[in-house]
Amino acid sequence: MVGIPSHLGDGIFFSPLPLGSIYNTTIMEKLQEIASQVRRDIVRMVHGVQSGHPGGSLGCTDFLVALYFETMNHNAENFTMEGHGEDVFYLSNGHISPVFYSVLSRAGYFPIDELSTFRKLNTRLQGHPTTHEGLPGVRIASGSLGQGLSVACGSAMAKKMNDDASIVYTLHGDGELQEGQNWEALMFAAHHKLDNVISTIDFNGQQIDGSTDDVMSMGDIKAKWETFGWQMFEMNGNDMADVVKVLGEAKAATGNGKPIGILMKTEMGAGVDFMEGTHKWHGIAPNDDQLADALGQLSETLGDY
Amino acid sequence: MLEDYKVINEKDTRSGFGEGIYELAKENKNVIALTADLSGSLKLNKLMDEMPEQYVQCGIAEANMMGVAAGMTIGGKIPFTTTFANFATSRVYDQIRQSIAYSGKNVKICASHAGLTLGEDGATHQVLEDIGMMKMLPGMRVVVPCDFNQTKLATKAMVSFEGPAYLRFGRPKWPNFTPEDQTFEIGKAQLMNEGTDATLIACGHMVWLSLEAARELAKENISVEVINMHTIKPIDEEAIITSIKKTNCVVTAEEHQMNGGLGESVAQVAQRNHPVAQEFVAVQDSFGESGKPLELLEKYGLSTSSIVAAVKKAISRK
Repeated sequence: MVGIPSHLGDGIFFSPLPLGSIYNTTIMEKLQEIASQVRRDIVRMVHGVQSGHPGGSLGCTDFLVALYFETMNHNAENFTMEGHGEDVFYLSNGHISPVFYSVLSRAGYFPIDELSTFRKLNTRLQGHPTTHEGLPGVRIASGSLGQGLSVACGSAMAKKMNDDASIVYTLHGDGELQEGQNWEALMFAAHHKLDNVISTIDFNGQQIDGSTDDVMSMGDIKAKWETFGWQMFEMNGNDMADVVKVLGEAKAATGNGKPIGILMKTEMGAGVDFMEGTHKWHGIAPNDDQLADALGQLSETLGDY
Repeated sequence: MLEDYKVINEKDTRSGFGEGIYELAKENKNVIALTADLSGSLKLNKLMDEMPEQYVQCGIAEANMMGVAAGMTIGGKIPFTTTFANFATSRVYDQIRQSIAYSGKNVKICASHAGLTLGEDGATHQVLEDIGMMKMLPGMRVVVPCDFNQTKLATKAMVSFEGPAYLRFGRPKWPNFTPEDQTFEIGKAQLMNEGTDATLIACGHMVWLSLEAARELAKENISVEVINMHTIKPIDEEAIITSIKKTNCVVTAEEHQMNGGLGESVAQVAQRNHPVAQEFVAVQDSFGESGKPLELLEKYGLSTSSIVAAVKKAISRK
């Protein structure tokens, strides 16, 4: 499957563009368009059910759009749980399900109209992602924090055992790193030289009870991961060009004996001015006026669901 | 029949597991043994020596091991996690619940040193709540084989279905009395002795003690039907109902808390189908302590004499 030409935004199978073209303005504009639509989806989904987590979803939108529409080799049309020969992604901070669902549907994993069922009875789009309802694109349940990196390690190890050279990507909240299981997994990945893992930390400095520094300071996360044996990158998660560039660099660094981490600086609520710079919008929904305000800031580029 | 079951030899059930997983790994390259620094206790040595590529050391980090196992299934592997029963269940319950059970992953959670018969290490390690915790998880199979030969077969049966399972076994050398060539099917109870006065349903180490109790009771002309309920979930309802309709009373025996154990599962089946008097040979809402296995079973009311008394009491309540 690798080597199929990329058809950004209009294809079902996505494969990365050759290095050198990543600064292509047209591609960057296309990714920005998708991101704008995904942000609209997020606020509309959360407003529609008056429940969910918009803040972290908006902050991680550029990352997930870049990942699914540019960086990863993946097959949206023929989703298989095993994902043999494909890059796979695990969302560890499952509460940012709105952005995950929007990106999956916009990438072609399931009908876009299904976004309207988010968090409603009998939906496949559960409050936190699950395999239980058979939603294509989801390979593990997440929500109870701190478990995704372990799963990714197992998945990456299985890929190595299967001589499958594809990559395992993950996303974690920064507050989530307070869960001890992460540090078990960090040790495991380095010990077993899982150099086919690229884990990104959403470094927005916020958690439910306040700033991460106030709630439970974690010090220098990058240095800690490096001490645990990981090769680290940093990027601005709300600058699409930087996200695409650093993801490309991280990908190029795979296969060198070390797992790879990316400390991704983001703004919680990015793209909607009144949601930015606060942890207030971690887990609450906008009202009608706030929705209108937010949508006024986000272009409808691909058509609302 | 009671006289059919004789001690072939004395072996630990964990060694049955070790032989079972070795043979499985030989047969199926997707079978992977994971351990959390207890490979020797779980008898993985031969597998490690001959098939190191099918062995993953996780260090003393059980939560991560459960997640790693869940992730390996996504690549088509059949991971068997190995550690002590306490660390295999209560320590990592949420990891099992979310990443394995709710996610529907084909992980086989294999647990040694279960129950009081762990012995001298004491209550911190003597998990008596694991059957209850695991049977409450939707979709989880719970298997507690009775001796070495059966544990080996139960281990091999773990690949006969797709989905998560909990396999519980123990540390001490214990009578090995079931035949190597027995028919073993997960979810299908074994009728070990036919009787008419009382039904005695046991799992794990308590099956041998139940046979001993039945032999003693036979001397007093009390006819006891003995059932080896090696699968707690899905439980063999038909075997229970058929027997209690005949005997009209039941005793359950397990190396576990009364709350949440085999006895509770049997009571549910009885209540919904054919309510009868039931006595529970189990630990009564307490932790264990250090001691030798048989001393502990005696102190906590799980000895042969306790089973004998429970059967008489159940019969008297008919």
